[in-house]
Amino acid sequence: MDIHEYQAKEILARFGVPVPRGGLAYSPEQAGYRARELGGSAWVVKAQIHSGGRGAAGGVKLCRSEAEVQEFAATLFGRQLVTKQTDANGKGVYRLWVEGASDIKQELYLGFVLDRKSERIMIVASAHGGMEIEDLAENDPNSLRRMTIDPAVGLSEFQARELAFQLGLKGGQIAQMVNILRACYRAYRDLDAMMVEINPLVITGAGDLVALDAKMSFDTNALFRRPEIAELRDRSQEDPRESTAGDHGLAYVGLDGDIGCIINGAGLAMATMDMIKLAGGEPANFLDIGGGASPERVVRAFRTVLADRNVGVILVNIFAGINRCDWVAQGVVQAYRELGLTLPVVVRLAGTNVEEGRRIVQESGLPLITADTLEDAARKAVATRQKIAA
Amino acid sequence: MAILITEKTRVIVQGMSGRIGQFHAEDMIKHGTNVVGGVTPGKGGDTLLGRPLFNTVREAVEATGAEASLVFVPPPFAADAIMEAADAGIKTAVCVTDGIPSQDMMKVKRFLKRYPAERKMRLVGPNCAGIISPGKGFMGIMPPHIYMPGRVGIVGRSGTLGYEAASQMKALGIGVSTSVGIGGDPINGSSFRDILELFEADSETDAVMMIGEIGGPQEAEAAIYARDHMTKPVVAYIAGLSAPKGRKMGHAGAIISAFGESAQEKVEILSAAGITIAPNPSAMGDTMARVLGTRRAAA
Repeated sequence: MDIHEYQAKEILARFGVPVPRGGLAYSPEQAGYRARELGGSAWVVKAQIHSGGRGAAGGVKLCRSEAEVQEFAATLFGRQLVTKQTDANGKGVYRLWVEGASDIKQELYLGFVLDRKSERIMIVASAHGGMEIEDLAENDPNSLRRMTIDPAVGLSEFQARELAFQLGLKGGQIAQMVNILRACYRAYRDLDAMMVEINPLVITGAGDLVALDAKMSFDTNALFRRPEIAELRDRSQEDPRESTAGDHGLAYVGLDGDIGCIINGAGLAMATMDMIKLAGGEPANFLDIGGGASPERVVRAFRTVLADRNVGVILVNIFAGINRCDWVAQGVVQAYRELGLTLPVVVRLAGTNVEEGRRIVQESGLPLITADTLEDAARKAVATRQKIAA
Repeated sequence: MAILITEKTRVIVQGMSGRIGQFHAEDMIKHGTNVVGGVTPGKGGDTLLGRPLFNTVREAVEATGAEASLVFVPPPFAADAIMEAADAGIKTAVCVTDGIPSQDMMKVKRFLKRYPAERKMRLVGPNCAGIISPGKGFMGIMPPHIYMPGRVGIVGRSGTLGYEAASQMKALGIGVSTSVGIGGDPINGSSFRDILELFEADSETDAVMMIGEIGGPQEAEAAIYARDHMTKPVVAYIAGLSAPKGRKMGHAGAIISAFGESAQEKVEILSAAGITIAPNPSAMGDTMARVLGTRRAAA
């Protein structure tokens, strides 16, 4: 789960990371007021959306007067900001962060991630920050320093010191960096984060380290014990279809194609999408109905898939283990009746209670296209789609 | 022999008195698994499905000589249950639970390293379908009737794709020695490589079907192991050729977040290591049949 920059800064500041003073605004007037409140003669106005690359997308601006702050803020509010990391729809801007402009001498990169190879928290740092980590890894890989943290011991001071020296820091900056590293680590560990990123971490003209930007994301599996983090969820930043589906126990990811998919199991769902593609079609979505799916959950899956206007045919592919083919078949029949379905539906059932499931499909009298194998199902779905389109 | 479980393996179920635990324990017993008891704190002394319940894993191990444990414990308590099994001397634990926090798994992996090799527990999962040696026994949630006993090992992250592979092979008359689900989480107990090692050493396994997916470094690690240390042929399928970058595809671990983690890149790494690739998920059975045929012809 992602949170906004200003929230990440608030959290990290609480753990001892120095951040610039700033204020949150929900309107252009409030943005202007924040600038006046902060004082000074230059402010940075930053769109708060769950995405990186905001600067290049026009979501961040250095303003030199209160009027300019208000003016820029007025152009941002309510706008869909499209960045390199969002889809073509972008993400809506409903909050702005206004902070005093910093005097930047050097930009560093600092990130904490879960390293799947060592199965530990890993620090990634570079003396050349400011650009996205992917670009950094591609253009300047030799500048990257990596270090893993033993979960039984935590981040040792000597490790933090070593990293600070490796980044070329000097004098009082060493102690500042050690403090920042340990603060980020504690925030990561204590709040069940999956990622903490400060990019850039800057050295100011006065030689001090300050977190100019901050990003945190959290382990959704741990939200049950982090209610204060769960509260930070911002649904305006999520694809409404995906979050609604999630509320009903369905894992859904919207894609660009026109063949709607209703599958059980993440692996089989990905494999079915692959099969559709190989058969010459394009999947409209990833959807895993999960285990023990009731007929109602299957109907909900149909609703979710049908909300995508591009969908021209639906493919149901079930290999039941803890699911039951008869329940799924009942769900398909129910979806036809309740939703007044007019689109063709290809159904492939296998596994637990398959005979019963097939019987329900056959006796329903509905124009369902049945398939025996995964390949057969994908071919029929693609052929049906092409026939309609032609 | 098979790997990890046979008809002789003495199995306990942690969380057996729960609705799901009981349902699957019953199925396991029905299919010949040697279930010797269950563990539910506070229910020690009771009997369920004709098996004794214990308060702690240690008591269960002392009373029954259990070697393996199936963990059906809800996510907030699952990591603790796994560590309890390790401390009590269980040799193999399979954890089905989906939704364990990553840092809990980090702690579990660190904890397991405390023990010397001879009494170190092997963990399979979490977030997996379990393990089955067809005709002998199983620990997990798979439908046992789709598996035919035989001499091909299966190892995969996804439960349903494991079923798909087993049924495609069964349709071609190819049976399974053991099928192992290693689970879809970013941090798991056993990697592809760990299971390949067991299959390579197993006298009843002739070849291995490996089913990977996007995300993580484990398929690449397995490729290098297979290239350098395996005499048995490996067939692999990698799911997620059409998955977009940076999006989580159902499994917590199925997300392309680093170089080498896309399906295309993994396929390249595996083929470069001499592993035969099933070009699509419907060709897993056929590809295995072809590899076994070539091998037989050569022999």
